[in-house]
Amino acid sequence: MAQRTLAGASHHDATSYVAIWGVLCALLGVSVLGPMAGVRFLTLITAFGIAIVKAYMVCRYFMHLSIEKKWVVYILGFMLALMVVFFGGVAPDVSRHEGLRWQKTYVEPARTDGER
Amino acid sequence: MTSRPIATTRNVMGVPTGRLAVWWVLASETVLFGGLLGSYVMMRLRHGAWADQAANTNTWTGAFNTLVLLTSSLSAVLAHQAAERADGPKAALLLRCTILGGGVFLMVKAFEWTHEIREGFTITSGLFWSFYYTAAGLHAAHVVAGMVIMFIVSLTAARNEELHRVENVGIYWHFVDVVWIFLFPLLYIAK
Repeated sequence: MAQRTLAGASHHDATSYVAIWGVLCALLGVSVLGPMAGVRFLTLITAFGIAIVKAYMVCRYFMHLSIEKKWVVYILGFMLALMVVFFGGVAPDVSRHEGLRWQKTYVEPARTDGER
Repeated sequence: MTSRPIATTRNVMGVPTGRLAVWWVLASETVLFGGLLGSYVMMRLRHGAWADQAANTNTWTGAFNTLVLLTSSLSAVLAHQAAERADGPKAALLLRCTILGGGVFLMVKAFEWTHEIREGFTITSGLFWSFYYTAAGLHAAHVVAGMVIMFIVSLTAARNEELHRVENVGIYWHFVDVVWIFLFPLLYIAK
């Protein structure tokens, strides 16, 4: 722990942690205001793109993953990869509205906004 | 000679056992929340009517709670820093600030849920609301667990004992923050 502790202490003092928090708050502001423009592409970028950036910053600077043993990152990365496999394997079926020996009884309400 | 827990003294592959255990817990949590969020996304992608149900959540309430959790993460990492400097009382104080942040988060959530339930949006109101209450409820349970663990850790940290636990509970808390970072756009922004 000593090596990691020293590395952590030398790279991040209290001021830089506050600065990182400030950046996270600014990104939060953008993610709230961006979608107000009503443009779908901008909403995707500002809401979900920024969420990924915020999560990366918290993992890197607050959880200190950047100075953690590499295999810890590999474990977490492997779990995320499993999620991608799960999504890729199931999504094609879930997205269907009809199939063999089953039918969808729920009637979708009419869309109110063509942009969505 | 006093006996100490293995998690305090043992070091495997360069990572103390206690911290290693936290990482394994988070690995399993990644699958738990990842599966939940993945299910939501795949259901929603081809079923646009969900957007109409999602339109009833309050973006500003969600944004405020995100700010609260980000701030509590800041106090958690500052507690870790104080622990590294062997300043146990300061670490304990910062951990209790983090607990306070968790308390504010839960209080806002309670008001929000009360309002939504009174409006008629319950867990059986539709697929979106089922996911909303399940995901936010599971997350809130993790917040409560984090608050309890942090309080216990703060008791020993205040006496300058077992300071490594401050980092361990901090890592868990940051993960809870990361989960909310993804829940916020899914539940409050994508309308």
